[in-house]
Amino acid sequence: MATLRAVKKRIRTVRSTRRITKAMEMVAAAKLRRAQQRVEQAKPYAHKLDEMLSHLAAGAVGEISHPYFEERPVKKTTLVVVTSDRGLAGSFNANVIRKADQWLAQHQGDVEIVTIGKRGNDYYKRRRWPILQFFGDWGGVINYDKARQITSLLTGRFVDGNTDRIVLIYTRFLSMVRYQIVTEQYLPVAKPQVTEEVASEYIFEPSPEQIYAALMPGYATTKMVTALTESFASEHGSRMIAMGAATKNAGEMINSLTLDYNKARQAQITKELLEVVSGAEALKG
Amino acid sequence: MFRLAIVTPEQIEYEGEVKSLTAPGSDGYLGILSHHAPLITALKPGKIEFRDAADTLHVLAVSDGFLEVSNNRATILADAVENCDDIDIERARSAYERNKARLISAERGETDIDLPSVRAAIDRAANRIRIYKDTHN
Repeated sequence: MATLRAVKKRIRTVRSTRRITKAMEMVAAAKLRRAQQRVEQAKPYAHKLDEMLSHLAAGAVGEISHPYFEERPVKKTTLVVVTSDRGLAGSFNANVIRKADQWLAQHQGDVEIVTIGKRGNDYYKRRRWPILQFFGDWGGVINYDKARQITSLLTGRFVDGNTDRIVLIYTRFLSMVRYQIVTEQYLPVAKPQVTEEVASEYIFEPSPEQIYAALMPGYATTKMVTALTESFASEHGSRMIAMGAATKNAGEMINSLTLDYNKARQAQITKELLEVVSGAEALKG
Repeated sequence: MFRLAIVTPEQIEYEGEVKSLTAPGSDGYLGILSHHAPLITALKPGKIEFRDAADTLHVLAVSDGFLEVSNNRATILADAVENCDDIDIERARSAYERNKARLISAERGETDIDLPSVRAAIDRAANRIRIYKDTHN
């Protein structure tokens, strides 16, 4: 059995670790609340934008003409991997990276990677994958300017023919405790499906082509912003759960160490008593 | 009466029944009443006015966006809208001056300036100033 002092020291260490994990859990919970709000607020806009696009496709006669829809034989693919900047978020980053690795294993050919978040960037840099650009230092919060930069980099490369397909791997936020890693084609954009009966005699002002030209950049940005806000919310959720579990484990550890400590203390007292008693017995002798 | 929804990436700005709506379409201002024909148009910076069910007139400044009308519903998707009472006139004026100065230095030959975005910023600031003046006198 460990000495009393050593056990006491362990207890102190675990206690201070628990304080840290508890604080991290609470910080993550606060950040999650805000991030979740952002996800909820962004939804109506994204939804209406999809709707408008589908009405536009249904109402406009003839082919949809915008460069974002152009399907080409795929010679080069850009893979965008969204991870977090910071660790200690449970299996959050490991899951995203596993999914990305699976994708890379299944798709041979020319691939370049755009990393969002330091964790993923470190991973692919170590493995010497060609990284086109890295976007980090988010602090777990969406930054619209940066999201626009990413969008214009990606759309620019696609329109200029430097890449033929852009695939996005990010984490979709389902609830406080559930998220799902999704692989989504970012560009070319799938032609909008006409899902409902729409009046076909739409008036367009100006022409449908010009409306597409005005609409599509915003559409691409919205898709990117959605992917990022959802990933950040998932990150905070994952961290909150991981830190909650760590706090609970620390508590259990403290309990069992305290038990050890008390046992050791009791054993020592018993031993001392025994020594006193047997000493007295010997003197009586 | 018809249903109007004004939505920005940050929030739903307005949702409810309205009697009439005017919005700055890319080819000029449009007036929308009940049972308007289906329409999709781009919006440019300008003034949105609508009358709600209680006959109150709402005035908003809008930056770029889109308007769709179908089945007696109007949807405005805008980058940003501001209620006329929430316009920060000082901010609008300083944005206007700042971008005007950049435009002038661009004309003097400075090349490191994104002209279209500066012009768009001037349009947006001028629009906010104009609406502020219209509604505060």
